Amino acid sequence: MKIRIKFRKYGSMKFIGHLDIMRYFQKAIRRAEIPIAYSEGFSPHQIMSFAAPLGVGLLSNGEYLDIVCREPLHMNAEEMKAALNHVMVEGIDIVNVCALSEDAGNAMASVAAARYTVVFRKGYEPEFDWKGQLSEFYNQLTIPVIKQTKKSTKELDLKPGIYELFLKETDGQSSIEMLVDASSAGNIKPGLVMEAFCKENGQEELQKAALLITREDTYGDRGTEDIHQFVPLDAFGEAF
Amino acid sequence: MRKLALQDEILLQVDKPARYIGNEVNSVMKRVEDVKVRFCMCFPDVYEIGMSHLGIQILYDMLNQWEDVWCERVYSPWTDLDAIMRKEGIPLFALESQDPVKNFDFLGITIQYEMCYTNILQILDLSGIPLKAAERGEEDPIVIGGGPCTYNPEPIAEFFDLFYIGEGETQYRTLLDLYEKHKELGTSRREFLLEAGKLSGIYAPGFYEATYHEDGTIASFGPTEDGLPTTIRKEIVMDVSDACYPLKPVVPFIKVTQDRVVLEIQRGCIRGCRFCQAGQLYRPVRERNVEVLKRYAVEMLKNTGHEEISLSSLSSSDYSALEELVSFLIEECKERTVNISLPSLRIDAFSLDVMSKVQDVKKSSLTFAPEAGSQRMRNVINKGLTEEVILRGAEEAFRGGWNKVKLYFMLGLPGETEEDIRGIAELSNKIAAVYYETVPKEKRNGRCQIVASTSFFIPKPFTPFQWASQNTKQEFLDKAYLTKQSVLAQLNQKSIKYNWHEADASVLEGVLARGDRRLSEVLLRVYKKGCIFDAWGEYFNNEAWLAAFEECGLDIAFYTTRERSLDEIFPWDFLDCGVTKEFLKREWLKSKEETVSPNCRMQCQGCGANRFGGGVCYENKN
Repeated sequence: MKIRIKFRKYGSMKFIGHLDIMRYFQKAIRRAEIPIAYSEGFSPHQIMSFAAPLGVGLLSNGEYLDIVCREPLHMNAEEMKAALNHVMVEGIDIVNVCALSEDAGNAMASVAAARYTVVFRKGYEPEFDWKGQLSEFYNQLTIPVIKQTKKSTKELDLKPGIYELFLKETDGQSSIEMLVDASSAGNIKPGLVMEAFCKENGQEELQKAALLITREDTYGDRGTEDIHQFVPLDAFGEAF
Repeated sequence: MRKLALQDEILLQVDKPARYIGNEVNSVMKRVEDVKVRFCMCFPDVYEIGMSHLGIQILYDMLNQWEDVWCERVYSPWTDLDAIMRKEGIPLFALESQDPVKNFDFLGITIQYEMCYTNILQILDLSGIPLKAAERGEEDPIVIGGGPCTYNPEPIAEFFDLFYIGEGETQYRTLLDLYEKHKELGTSRREFLLEAGKLSGIYAPGFYEATYHEDGTIASFGPTEDGLPTTIRKEIVMDVSDACYPLKPVVPFIKVTQDRVVLEIQRGCIRGCRFCQAGQLYRPVRERNVEVLKRYAVEMLKNTGHEEISLSSLSSSDYSALEELVSFLIEECKERTVNISLPSLRIDAFSLDVMSKVQDVKKSSLTFAPEAGSQRMRNVINKGLTEEVILRGAEEAFRGGWNKVKLYFMLGLPGETEEDIRGIAELSNKIAAVYYETVPKEKRNGRCQIVASTSFFIPKPFTPFQWASQNTKQEFLDKAYLTKQSVLAQLNQKSIKYNWHEADASVLEGVLARGDRRLSEVLLRVYKKGCIFDAWGEYFNNEAWLAAFEECGLDIAFYTTRERSLDEIFPWDFLDCGVTKEFLKREWLKSKEETVSPNCRMQCQGCGANRFGGGVCYENKN
């Protein structure tokens, strides 16, 4: 039985990187005594896959992992959620557990987009009028950036992958919200968008710690290539 | 939510920020208002090493079970954060509360190896605690040391207020009660330390003084205050089955060296290898009841979620219920899809059978520790492993499908000859030959791989070799070269890989191991020259150490190469680990005659540890 787990990552847990979060969940699943299925072979491992790796320093309200459980399963979704929450540390909350159909794609392959909120840490706000300039930046026809990978540097247009970009004011705090491509082929990191935005406005350097980024949710696409219909990854599952 | 001591900007700059945030599964949070004593437990090395240490997990668990105590942890900040903290003036903090270490009542430091001594100074310095105990004020934490290196605490005596000699489970309650009483009465730090120094197993170095002969050896050593003991006997837990054990050990987020459940099956060792300090310090052997261990294994796996369990002891093969325990674990672990790792097993039919069940034979390697290349030398060191046993074990293993063998040796053992050294290569060659004789060509999975490693022998306190001369750096290197040449001269040399250790650090480890109080000054100077993480090759700065010795007018050879006379007073003679100096002397003389001593189960050698009234000394005697 395929199960999708949605969790939040906040507080000091933002310093735990993706590989260590995977290890954390492997151990948590054992502590919670979830009857997870194992692969065959001499060193069996838990059948588990994560939707989209989250970089160190980022918070999230919408992280997903899929697991396969042995059947018959003697717990329902609420019980599994409670069992997992019982063994979590401060900074990781399980917010939803649901069942996927057998033919559902795995978490990673299903990812199409992600929504992020970006705030500037105190003392790191850019000098230009970033609130005023945001829509102009987004309204450009193309947003070319140089993307550096380990092997090469290549030019890339961010524009087609930014589905939304706007200024948000909540409780007197201004933030930038964006919905961007998060698929394995076209993943756009919010930091890259912000760098391009700052560069466009004459600010070359954006310090590593300048941005506090929260991934609000991770989405799959129910639409077509031309007309997207992004829905949270747990919308593909059902209660059990 | 907890507020971190370090700002995001810093944590995002440093390598592995998870080292500094605490919050791990099973870490203990309490409210400061609810406790009387705040204890910060330190392993003075990087987090991944410190978190792998069982002793701290035991004490952390024990102290936190007491309602009036909150025990937290701190490790050495890695060099990247160290630099930032110095530059920004950020005080060192404990992982749980993230509060400055300086605010604690106690700073407990476990001292597991000599090359961490400068890291002790790093911890004190970053905490803002005066390095020298004599300069500390009423508000500073009581700095207490424990662990194997405290069996010669003298080189670091000036940096500690107290040392706890022996096993931590027995005396902390009494010590903390005394502390609480003094805190209530508002008595001075000095008065507390003086009273603490009268407790069994507690050494208050500030109240002891050494005088020296002209030749640099110790003339006298003893307390300067009335009521303090002249000899301090180690603390020991006689009923280890009943002792506290951390059933909910802290589970780190990042991968640490010992990323598994650790089941300590026994303490002590019956073997009495003459180079081995642990084999003498932890006498007598005390076994943990097998039923207790089974229960612990299940609970700990459940409480941690670890995917591996490992047995810990000095010589697991000597544990009397090993077969029963291992069969249980194999069943239990199969059900839970947990791996078993079995270190330090003697290679025989039983262990090979067990290993073939729990590891992938093709990938894993077998380990033998002959320690010396010739039978003569193995008799000298009392390593009761014969060539015949090694070759037979290897043959059985090769039949079982293994083709990788690791061999551990020492160079620089007392009385070592070139023939003994060549024996290392010859033994490696014989093992390779056994492979080619045993496994027919069509069944071979390539060549067999023999990896022979040598470390340099360093005489340690409380061993029969505490009188012995340590080799010089040049002798060490010449011997490693001779070993290398001998390996290359072997018929099967292509199947043998030879590794050797660094020599400079071994020389200094030797100095610190058998050093005296005068070395405190060297340590201070070397620390002020910027040395930390000396146990890490990339940070070890030999020149700085040599310069510090020069400045202090101390001679390295006095501590290392000098063979001690039988009546010399050693810096650690005032400590009593159970084993008598007379016994060690007998063993030293026997080693010179190349005579072996039977192990504790075969025949009691009268080492003195039977005075503790239990363990292997009283087996089958009820």
